[in-house]
Amino acid sequence: MHDFWITVSIIIALFALISLYRGIAGPTLYDRIISVGIIGTKTVIILCLIGFFYGRPEMFIDISLVYALLNFVIALAIAKYIQNIHKV
Amino acid sequence: MNIVVIVLVSTGLFFLGIGTLGLLRFPDFYSRAHATGKCDTLGMLLTLIGLTIYAWSLGWWLVGVKIMIIALFILLANPTAIHALTRAAFLAGVKPWTKKENPKQ
Repeated sequence: MHDFWITVSIIIALFALISLYRGIAGPTLYDRIISVGIIGTKTVIILCLIGFFYGRPEMFIDISLVYALLNFVIALAIAKYIQNIHKV
Repeated sequence: MNIVVIVLVSTGLFFLGIGTLGLLRFPDFYSRAHATGKCDTLGMLLTLIGLTIYAWSLGWWLVGVKIMIIALFILLANPTAIHALTRAAFLAGVKPWTKKENPKQ
C-alpha cells in the first residue's frame, strides 16, 4: 500500500505537466486559465496522497482544504475581471 | 478492504487521464472546458472516496470526515467555476467551432 500511493502521485503529477502544454499553447486567454485551474485541482489530490504516504494525514488534509478554497475563489475573481474584454 | 480502495483510486486515476486527453485533443474552447470540468470532478470524487474508506478502515475517523468535506466542496465548486469561465468567454465573444467552417476535420 505504501508503494501504491507514490505511484499514483507520480502519475497524477505527469498528467498535470501534460495539461501545462495547453497553458502555453492555448489559442485563447481562457484556455490558459482553465489549465491553471486543472493543475490546482490535481494538486489537492496529490497533497492528500502524500499525507498518507508520509504517515501523518492530519496536517496535509488541512493544507489541501485551504488550497481547494483558494483555487475556487481565484477562478471566480478572474472570470469576473476579464468579462468585458472584446478582443481575445 | 484494501482491494476496494485500490479499485476506487485506480478508476479515479483513469478518469483524470481521460480528462487530460480531452484537454489536449478537442478543437474548441467550449468543448475543452466541458470535458475537463466533468471528467476532472468525477476522478477527484472517486479518488477521495477511496481515501476516505482507507482512513476509516485504519481507525482515523476525523481524517475521513475531513476528506469527505473536501470532496463535497469540490463537487459543488468545480462546475461553478467552469460555468463562470465559460460565461465570461461567451460574453467576450469567443466563437464556437462549427463544421461548416472546418469541413476537413
